[in-house]
Amino acid sequence: MSLELNAITKSFGALIANDGINLAVNDGEIHAILGENGAGKSTLMNIVYGLLQPDSGEIKVDGKVVTINEPSDALAVGIGMVHQHFMLIPVFTVLENIVLGHENTSKVGKLKLHEARERLMKIANEFGFEIDPDAYVENLPVGVQQRVEILKALVYEAKVLILDEPTAVLTPQETDELIEVMKRLRAQGTSIIFISHKLREVKAVADRITVIRRGKVVATAQPSASQEELAALMVGRPVNLMPDKNPPKVGAPILVVKDLEILDPSGRALVSDVDFEVCAGEVLAIAGVQGNGQSELAEAMVNLQSHVRGSITVGGVEIVGKSVHESLHEGIAFVPESRELNGLIGSFSIAENLILDTHREAPYTKGFALSPKAVAIRGEEQAKEFDIRYQSIQDPVSSLSGGNKQKVVVARELSRPVKLVVASQPTRGLDVGSIEFVHERILAERDAGRAVLLFSTELDEVVALADRIAVMYAGKILAIVDATVSREELGLLMAGVKK
Amino acid sequence: MVFSNTQKRQLRLIAVVLLLLVVELWEFGFAKASSNKTTFGFLLGKEWVIIHEWVIQSTTGSKIFSGIGILAAVLGIFLVRSNKSPLPGTAIAGFSLLMSFLCWAANGKFIPMTGLLQGSLMLAVPLIFGSMSGLLCERSGVINIAIEGQLLAGAFASGVIASLTHKTTWGLLVAPLAGALISLLLATFAIKFSVDQVILGFVLNVLVIGLTDFLYKKLLIPYSSTWNTGPSFARLEIPILGKLPIVGPIFFNQTIIVYLMYAIVALISFSLFKTKWGLRTRAIGEHPEAADSVGIDVNKLRFRNVILAGLVSGLGGAYFTVGSVGSFSKEMTAGAGFIALAALIFGKWTPMGAVTAGLLFGFADNLSGTLSIIGVSIPSEFMLMVPYIATIIAVSGLVGRVRAPAADGVPYSRGSH
Amino acid sequence: MKKVWERIAGSALLPFLSFLLAFFISGFFIAFSDANVLKTVGHPGKFITTALSTVGNAYLALFQGSIFDPNLTAGHGFMRGFYPLSETIVTATPLILTGLAVALAFQSGLFNIGAQGQFIFGAIGASYVGFHFTFSPVLHVALALIAGVVCAALYGGLVGLLKARTGAHEVIVTIMLNYIAGFFILWILKTTTFLRPRRIDPIAPDVKPSAQLPHLAGADFRLHAGILIALVAAYFVWWILNRTTIGFQFRAVGANASAARTAGISVSRVTISTMALCGALAGLGGAVHVLGSQYALTADIGGSFGFDAITVALLGRAKPFGTVLAALLFGALRTGGRTMQSNTTTPLDIVLVIQALIVLFIASPTLVRFIFKVKNLKTNAAMTAKGWNG
Repeated sequence: MSLELNAITKSFGALIANDGINLAVNDGEIHAILGENGAGKSTLMNIVYGLLQPDSGEIKVDGKVVTINEPSDALAVGIGMVHQHFMLIPVFTVLENIVLGHENTSKVGKLKLHEARERLMKIANEFGFEIDPDAYVENLPVGVQQRVEILKALVYEAKVLILDEPTAVLTPQETDELIEVMKRLRAQGTSIIFISHKLREVKAVADRITVIRRGKVVATAQPSASQEELAALMVGRPVNLMPDKNPPKVGAPILVVKDLEILDPSGRALVSDVDFEVCAGEVLAIAGVQGNGQSELAEAMVNLQSHVRGSITVGGVEIVGKSVHESLHEGIAFVPESRELNGLIGSFSIAENLILDTHREAPYTKGFALSPKAVAIRGEEQAKEFDIRYQSIQDPVSSLSGGNKQKVVVARELSRPVKLVVASQPTRGLDVGSIEFVHERILAERDAGRAVLLFSTELDEVVALADRIAVMYAGKILAIVDATVSREELGLLMAGVKK
Repeated sequence: MVFSNTQKRQLRLIAVVLLLLVVELWEFGFAKASSNKTTFGFLLGKEWVIIHEWVIQSTTGSKIFSGIGILAAVLGIFLVRSNKSPLPGTAIAGFSLLMSFLCWAANGKFIPMTGLLQGSLMLAVPLIFGSMSGLLCERSGVINIAIEGQLLAGAFASGVIASLTHKTTWGLLVAPLAGALISLLLATFAIKFSVDQVILGFVLNVLVIGLTDFLYKKLLIPYSSTWNTGPSFARLEIPILGKLPIVGPIFFNQTIIVYLMYAIVALISFSLFKTKWGLRTRAIGEHPEAADSVGIDVNKLRFRNVILAGLVSGLGGAYFTVGSVGSFSKEMTAGAGFIALAALIFGKWTPMGAVTAGLLFGFADNLSGTLSIIGVSIPSEFMLMVPYIATIIAVSGLVGRVRAPAADGVPYSRGSH
Repeated sequence: MKKVWERIAGSALLPFLSFLLAFFISGFFIAFSDANVLKTVGHPGKFITTALSTVGNAYLALFQGSIFDPNLTAGHGFMRGFYPLSETIVTATPLILTGLAVALAFQSGLFNIGAQGQFIFGAIGASYVGFHFTFSPVLHVALALIAGVVCAALYGGLVGLLKARTGAHEVIVTIMLNYIAGFFILWILKTTTFLRPRRIDPIAPDVKPSAQLPHLAGADFRLHAGILIALVAAYFVWWILNRTTIGFQFRAVGANASAARTAGISVSRVTISTMALCGALAGLGGAVHVLGSQYALTADIGGSFGFDAITVALLGRAKPFGTVLAALLFGALRTGGRTMQSNTTTPLDIVLVIQALIVLFIASPTLVRFIFKVKNLKTNAAMTAKGWNG
């Protein structure tokens, strides 16, 4: 089935997310849409899938104009979508998730599940997916959940399958398997729209590549194009994929983690047997697929986790058992995984966000009293130092762009006396310019003799910044290797394979 | 031996019951021994007789029941240790705890057991209707604190209409509509205008209380002969079933509203887990984006379910007027809507759990009444606090962690996530 | 200066329009439930005039009964006409304090439905110290107030403690605690400690004169020093929220608890202290009510102050001074409602309807915007929806 988009335009207020986008996906083709974060890829796909309505433009399926106002319209013409955040109900079984929206019932209205079960198993077998239809989705690993999502589309005979950033949650090996699945689907005549910002994967699987920048199609490229060419098209200027890095001047150990164990409230171990050191002047990156305990480990560094056993020392001082406030003030800068959820208070002003951690100290506070004036003055100083672009320091921080928001977090955390920087997914969702800023800043901290603990699921980022790499799998550190290690070996470690 | 958290909680609960039983055995069996006899009555009307009444020496009764209870609790512990559900053990232990207490508390007195249970069911009826209404809303992701208002609106409408038409049937038909009207406001403001649902429910309660109080004073009191002398349904004994000893008079000699309640509870329990509607309803309460992505109109289904909920609690409101006394009185629901909410939460947002909780709360309420009538010296206020304290214990996770549907109370609009 | 004025006008527009709508709709209820109006249904002209005059009379009585009643001046002097205003302030005083208890909680992201129970405990504490002990006048008042505040702060703090330790939702816990407080006061008024000698109905002895709040405008008016306490409390709440570190933490947790926690603010400490402080405010309301106007603790001392407090805080947009204004307004409606009830055929309870409608409209600016075709209505962050789990 072929899909054609003509002059799709969609704006949100002043922001034009899609500006006259034309796109043609041929029958049985894997068509990659490449663009950096915020370029408008997801908006476009949500329009195709009926979750958003375009301001203007038309969608053609097999040459005929179709109206897609609802996801059900998209499903009806054979468009299926695997969302970046899975659209699965955790407390339902696999089968219930598959059936939802397409239920068969008996005359009295009772659900009939056996036909759907047969169909599911048949298609799962065709693709060699092992799946237990009665397992609850919340108990399945992420990779399996993704297969359930793909099966959901296939069971209802999707002829065009949209995969929105499908590899973000996968190991390199799982990514390879997904690529195989995509090729098998193509062989059976399914067209695939593959959305990604990862050049390597796009090159590996796509038949054609459409590059989107700031809501516009800027080029259609062949997979034979080099990574540098594609990156330049995506960003609009030549990009240095590997930042310049000085040789490390490694000092004494700053962070020492011993026998660390983190439990969830029900007593299950999320992280166990973790031992490592980070020295002054080096970057230790913790790599691994999302959901292997990195988030919990990062939070444990400042005692944001409540059930922790073992020892974490920073500059010789034990951190475990202290409050978050005390941990931060032992000299830890903490850049949390989600700046929107954990990093910033959206309705607070930029100035207030810049003193969230230090509001108890002079000059902001005297006794009980807080001085809004002192807060504003200090805010403007910090904003200048970290190149935060704003209109008024009293504006709510939610009015800033993603990159500037992250700068607020970074500015706040690096404005305390710091021995150790803990940065969790510091560039997630940022545009390339902001990514470069954050990377430079992290390397500057390293060169200034601080210990840096970087958590990242982006292999490219890990390789670019780290001096040593620790790979986490199933809550354990599988190995700590030198940054010169091959990608293949890293990939195997991320999948839990240890030589 | 390693216990899971659920098992730990079960053991903790059994330990508390066990402790209470031991205290009872000591206090009622030995320390405060009394030579009086306690009489339990089991006959209420014209049902078949197996046992008329049962007389036992107070101290002996307490000893026997505490003893049985302690054995049952120990059984419960063994069941947990062998990875089975301790329910049979805890149920018997709980029952014995109560009986041991009654043997002591009512020494020298007569306790009409069947009457006590029948009364408990009657007090539980509005709670169950209300909790079913809450269930329909909250399983679809809309918090319903306006149950009280829906019940009151149903009671008012049915009382007035039955009085004006002199027909109970009209009262019964109008009550659900009144509840649905409140639901219409709830649904419109919650779903269309994304108003905070807790605030909204609260305000709707005030609105209904204000309106009914206002109309009560303005119309029902001055013109009570036309506006507020409604007839009420007579009890309807179901043949054979109604004659069963003990069970008969409790469950099968009730008004039509109670029979409708059985039907509604059965229908909801079945539909929620076995039908297309139920699957979709649970989906929109847990993960509306996912439901939307497979073509389910989330807000439409939510709207429909909230209206349905209003019909159910409105009908429950009719129980206060045409279902029992006939005439309406000011704020006659007296917080039943909030206890219904408590029952829903205590029952972990499941139909059977909510019904069980509703029955328990009804029993606690009626027991306090019965005990104060027969002149037992426990302040009835403390008995009346039981449902509320139980609910606080439930939400505090001391008995078991309760979890609301994931999207409960969160308005859905595309692109907001 | 102009900017300040614009801001005030901007934030008053929505409440004002909501008011208009609420009175308009309630007018229909008044008219269509009136026997005289209903008699004229057949004659459109007469119907409209009767309806308008019925509603007009009701609202006029509402005004007279709440601010100034010329009928009262005869023989007592002009000032006596302000008796209703004094009553309005007396009614509003506990409302301000309970309203603040709800508003402060909103600012910390908590919905305190429990002002009712906290108010009752405040009243119990103040009453006990007031009738049981003897002290010199100023000291006695102070100790009685403190007793009320402490009882209620503990009762409120319990909610915070449960929420912080176990995650129990404060809405559910406070609803339950309100009922528990209601049964508790019924019980305590049966005990020999509290029951007034030679009485069997639930009433405690009057607090001693040394524990009574002084009158502000002479013996003819019930206006008492409670209003000053309430205004100071409102200023105190504003100061806490905007000019102190703990207030900064309250607001931070209210706006984004997980970000606040990540930045080293202890969410549990904030939750517990907020609820204790809210309890203290509501308890102060109960104490002032007993010591200033009621003197004797009764089973229904709580009236509906705790519930009205929620509508007050919502109308006042969870801001301290907005809450004061809203409480005065609702106090006026309440007081005027009593006059309306005795002078016309319209029962007091229509005031509840008006109150509910006002808050309903304030909570849905989209609707008001649509009805009046106005843009840029300021909305309230405290009223955006959160779920049971959030």
